[in-house]
Amino acid sequence: MREPMWFKWTRAIGLAVLALFALIPVWVMVTSALKPLADVQERFTWWPSHLSAKPFVEMWKTIPLADYFVNSLVVSTVASIASVVVALLAAYSLSRYRFRGRQAFSVVVLSTQMFPGILFLLPLYVIFVNLGNTTGLQLYGSRTGLIVTYMTFTLPFAIWMLAGYLDSVPRELDEAAKVDGCGPLGAFMRVVIPAAMPGIVAVLIYAFMTAWGEVLFASVLTDDSTRTLAVGLQGYATQNNVYWNQIMAAALTVSVPIVVGFLVLQRYLVAGMTAGSVK
Amino acid sequence: MLPYLLLVPAVILELLIHIVPMLVGIGISFLKLTQFYIANWRQAPNAGLANYRYALDFNSAAGKQLLHSFFVTIIFTVIVLVVSWTFGMAAAVFTQRPFPGRGIVRTIFLIPYALPVFASVITWNFMLQRDNGAVNHVLVDQLHLAGGDRPFWLIGQNSFYSLVIVEVWRTWPFAFLMLTAGMQSISQDLYEAAGLDGAGVWAQFRGVTLPMLRPVNRVLLLVLFLWTFNDFTTPFTLFGKGAPHQADIISMHIYQNSFVTWNFGTGSAMSVLLLIFLLVVTGGYLRLAKSGSNDA
Repeated sequence: MREPMWFKWTRAIGLAVLALFALIPVWVMVTSALKPLADVQERFTWWPSHLSAKPFVEMWKTIPLADYFVNSLVVSTVASIASVVVALLAAYSLSRYRFRGRQAFSVVVLSTQMFPGILFLLPLYVIFVNLGNTTGLQLYGSRTGLIVTYMTFTLPFAIWMLAGYLDSVPRELDEAAKVDGCGPLGAFMRVVIPAAMPGIVAVLIYAFMTAWGEVLFASVLTDDSTRTLAVGLQGYATQNNVYWNQIMAAALTVSVPIVVGFLVLQRYLVAGMTAGSVK
Repeated sequence: MLPYLLLVPAVILELLIHIVPMLVGIGISFLKLTQFYIANWRQAPNAGLANYRYALDFNSAAGKQLLHSFFVTIIFTVIVLVVSWTFGMAAAVFTQRPFPGRGIVRTIFLIPYALPVFASVITWNFMLQRDNGAVNHVLVDQLHLAGGDRPFWLIGQNSFYSLVIVEVWRTWPFAFLMLTAGMQSISQDLYEAAGLDGAGVWAQFRGVTLPMLRPVNRVLLLVLFLWTFNDFTTPFTLFGKGAPHQADIISMHIYQNSFVTWNFGTGSAMSVLLLIFLLVVTGGYLRLAKSGSNDA
């Protein structure tokens, strides 16, 4: 169909405005990260007058950024891998078997997704603290506590997306593998997992991003030694001086791996989302 | 037996982190759980319905503040929902047909969604600073609006608008993503048939795109509503531990009431009330959506 002129103009203007809206904070982040401290304390300028790489050096010294980085990396990696494994098992069960309680399980798991995090936070905090006092199991202020929490956090969406993905893997593949002498587990490992790999990767990224950016639980369940980036970054602002250039440098540094990973794999993520939602 | 065994790890985690804490939370809402009892919560005195009466006594300061926070959250959610959906839909329609540079534009649109929330919102915090922020630089220094005064954006009435803008900024790309994905499954034949009937761009949008996206929209609107209503990360990163009165949305309000004043009983009672509200809204929405799809 031919597009009328008015549509082309509306499209060009609309897209330009939205792109500008999306990119302005990115521009501010990148340019401010390259300014000397004096320049971010005075009037804002769109173009940096002096370029300085010092914020990227000093940001590691003002707060223990490297420690926070390691904490975030360990927690997000372990939580996302573990979450995918657990979700994959559940999704396989939901996709391949019809059994009593199947519907109930899906409803309960998915509905936890709609509840406000604050609802779980208070009791979880109380449970973690009391568990530590009575059994010596240190979950409060530990990475383990945060990992278990984040795993569960991403589980509903992960199960939903993976079940949608597994539904699109033909059952005949499982059957063929079983005929070839694989047990149910063998069929799962050798046939279903490779076929569902794009979905698995998409869920892995989603889970990692969720854990990497989570603030609410991290702000309460961590202490100084286990603090993650999401909470730790606020440390630049509680000093006598607000080191805006270092904050922007740190924000940029912790964003780049996530954004690149997301953009490289966005196709899988979109496909995974539609597999779950459009039926 | 196997299907149940495969579910066991998921069930254990769900019980441990979601179900049991939820039940404990309901229990706590009937206790007088202040900081003296947190380490030993079974010794906390029973409060009966006192926490609920405290939260819902709209003649008292606490009840009034909760009600205020509730209405602020509703208005906030509705604005963010409408604007984010509109932006997402416009962007999805504009990028539906191929044109040079479409891939780059789509990638740009996804950046706010891909950035870690705390990193992007802290950038907004910088932009909204009164003296050295980018927003006042544009409004005051470059456009000479606001009569020479530099307005505050993170306290007072403006803080509400700031929160709305930041929330829209980070929410609309998700609407764009979902709608774009949904549009990919609309058959090109439908547009061609409509085009042969003489339908223009607008008529095709109304006659083909909107109806075909109904299943996606049904999920999308609910998800956007729940995420926005429950959002904590954006206000927390934007304002710190205490939100300004005008932007005191519900999750911040409960957080403040629990972890700043260390009164877990009332915090839990408020959480339970919030849960009941969300259950009613979601239940009603799903029922409506279901009857809507039966008519269609």
